[in-house]
Amino acid sequence: MAYLDHAATTPLRPEALAAMLPFLTEHFGNPSGAHAVSRRAKQALEEAREEVAAALGCAPGEVVFTGGGTEADNLALAGVVGRRGGRPVCSAVEHHAVLHATEALGGTVVGVDERGVVDLDALGAALGPEVSVVSVMLANNEVGTVQPLAQVAEVVRRCAPGAALHTDAVQAFAWMDVAGAAADADLVAVSAHKFGGPKGVGALVVRGGRKLAPLVHGGGQEQERRSGTHNVAGIVGMAAAMTAAVAGRETTNLRVGALRDRLADGLLAAVPGAVETGDRAVKIPGNCHLRFPGAESEALLFLLDEAGLCASAGSACASGAMEPSHVLAAMGVPRQEALCGIRLSLGPTTTDDDVDLALRVVPELVARLRRG
Amino acid sequence: MARVLVAMSGGVDSSVAAAVLRDEGHEVVGATMKLWGGSSDSGCCSVADVEDARRVAQQLGLAHHVFNLTDDFDSHVVEPYVAAHAGGRTPNPCVECNRHLKFGSFLRRARQLGFDAIATGHHARAGGGSGGPTLRRGVDRAKDQSYVLSMLGPAQLGRLRLPVGEMTKDEVRRRAAAMGLRTAAKPDSQDVCFIMATNGGREAFLGERIPLHPGRVVDTGGRVVGTVPAVELVTVGQRRGLSGGGSGRRYAIAVDVAGATVVTGTERELSVDHLDVGELTWTGAPLAAGADVEVQTSAHGNPVPAVYDGGGGLCLVEPIRRVAPGQTVALYAGDEVLGAGIAH
Repeated sequence: MAYLDHAATTPLRPEALAAMLPFLTEHFGNPSGAHAVSRRAKQALEEAREEVAAALGCAPGEVVFTGGGTEADNLALAGVVGRRGGRPVCSAVEHHAVLHATEALGGTVVGVDERGVVDLDALGAALGPEVSVVSVMLANNEVGTVQPLAQVAEVVRRCAPGAALHTDAVQAFAWMDVAGAAADADLVAVSAHKFGGPKGVGALVVRGGRKLAPLVHGGGQEQERRSGTHNVAGIVGMAAAMTAAVAGRETTNLRVGALRDRLADGLLAAVPGAVETGDRAVKIPGNCHLRFPGAESEALLFLLDEAGLCASAGSACASGAMEPSHVLAAMGVPRQEALCGIRLSLGPTTTDDDVDLALRVVPELVARLRRG
Repeated sequence: MARVLVAMSGGVDSSVAAAVLRDEGHEVVGATMKLWGGSSDSGCCSVADVEDARRVAQQLGLAHHVFNLTDDFDSHVVEPYVAAHAGGRTPNPCVECNRHLKFGSFLRRARQLGFDAIATGHHARAGGGSGGPTLRRGVDRAKDQSYVLSMLGPAQLGRLRLPVGEMTKDEVRRRAAAMGLRTAAKPDSQDVCFIMATNGGREAFLGERIPLHPGRVVDTGGRVVGTVPAVELVTVGQRRGLSGGGSGRRYAIAVDVAGATVVTGTERELSVDHLDVGELTWTGAPLAAGADVEVQTSAHGNPVPAVYDGGGGLCLVEPIRRVAPGQTVALYAGDEVLGAGIAH
């Protein structure tokens, strides 16, 4: 079997599992307490916070632990709007966590070019004094496009100087130096399971002691920004996964980038009419998104699953049905062709054998579907 | 043994259909069709139903997939349903969904994916033999669903398995309960799946999509006897809201949307001894002129004897109430479905 769906989730890194186990067993304390058992958990929590802060390029006090990337994105947008009023603006290719939060908060959406890169002129035109938060992702989850965040920040400072800049770095962290790439953002969201950590834990960087209205009310943990007893094991696992991901990132990017190129080039050569989505020059190394006109992705993914290849079309609704991608629509891909797009996403554990399997089965199955 | 794709709606019948085929040794995969993207309070389309289907497939050890057929459902079921009402006809969307979705898009997808056959949880019996495929009423006559399958042709019937057609509904539920399936006691789906009874029903659904016009109610002599708030919502045969101030029961016997007029008449004026149908389909060879058939004009209506004229006409042996234009007219010989048409 070949797992080429790392953009959906990644296997837990051994370092993360090893770091977590003591906090699922003997060190079970609630870090908010005052006794020895609590202190042991609190120590682990604060060590993890320092580790996460180092990986994200912020101060430990600027890290808010959340229950995942979606919560971090929602806290960023609703937290700013709840505190300061105004409305959000985001790009049209954001993850639903940002897009739906923006819509729910009465915000507006800015278009992208055919590579999926946000239109900076349109962004500038959409900004004004009533905009309190701007959200542009660092790397896209479906097509891998990396946004020019420094230029986005420049536009925001110029056209809406009072607005906070948020970036969803959930998909980027595994591949990019977020500390540097998101240095201009006031708010940065990450999710542990996208880089070898456990599911259900994430973080939001909140720079400069900015105040946010909390989404979750309760005991006032995380400096009144996110109440609820800490997921100590999850947070410790996220920190360990982050450190491991950062340490191996450079070599992983080179190795996986070469595998991705072999996969994409091989399929483009082997499948007549295949189209690559986006521009590899502005993509994360793990993303390979292709369209095979005439072979609907829903049928292709079924056959790939039977052939032992786990892939995705990028976006699924709550029922599990494939939805026409809003990302491809924003990039100007016609609907019928967008329904023929598949995402093969690679990760640190991807091997040559995985790519070989894909190169063997995809062309054959696309041809079969095209025969009808 | 065959490779069979089971259409699992999340209800008890298709759950048991999958179990029966698995137990017979077939290679079975479950798939749920996402048909309706909008809100729903019943039927086959909600996320909760998909979850039920997925869980049953897990319990049975079957792979399960979701097919998004919302575009096809909109263009083949919902839009024609709305257009038919706008034209004063009363369509049967479940029949059209079976024709175009379950036994159209879904069947094509199944063939494309290498399946020999598809199966559903309908209470009807699909058979085959030297004479070609056949379709018969379900063993549980009270739950018989052969009417909504009556428009299938031999090419579709030859690739269709209907395992629960041999069982009573009680047997189906007992079997599901014995296997611990969460759908065992789930209520039967009701009405049209894309229309929410809790949100204004058909009137609200159509009112959001087409203009509804008030109309005059006249008798067969042309005298105005009342008004209706929306002529598009009146169905031939309807009595509710049409009696006016007069004595005796009055029924809609014709709906003229363009003229914003509903013609009403007595029960005698409602009855007809002849039916004209279009879009005739046959489960096997077409019938010859003069053939004796039985005619069923609603899902659970009583079959009545008629003679087929070889074209699109049926002469009824005894008069029946007029059939609303757009309704399916199914033709039977005893338990066996012969074909179907759409009432003019």
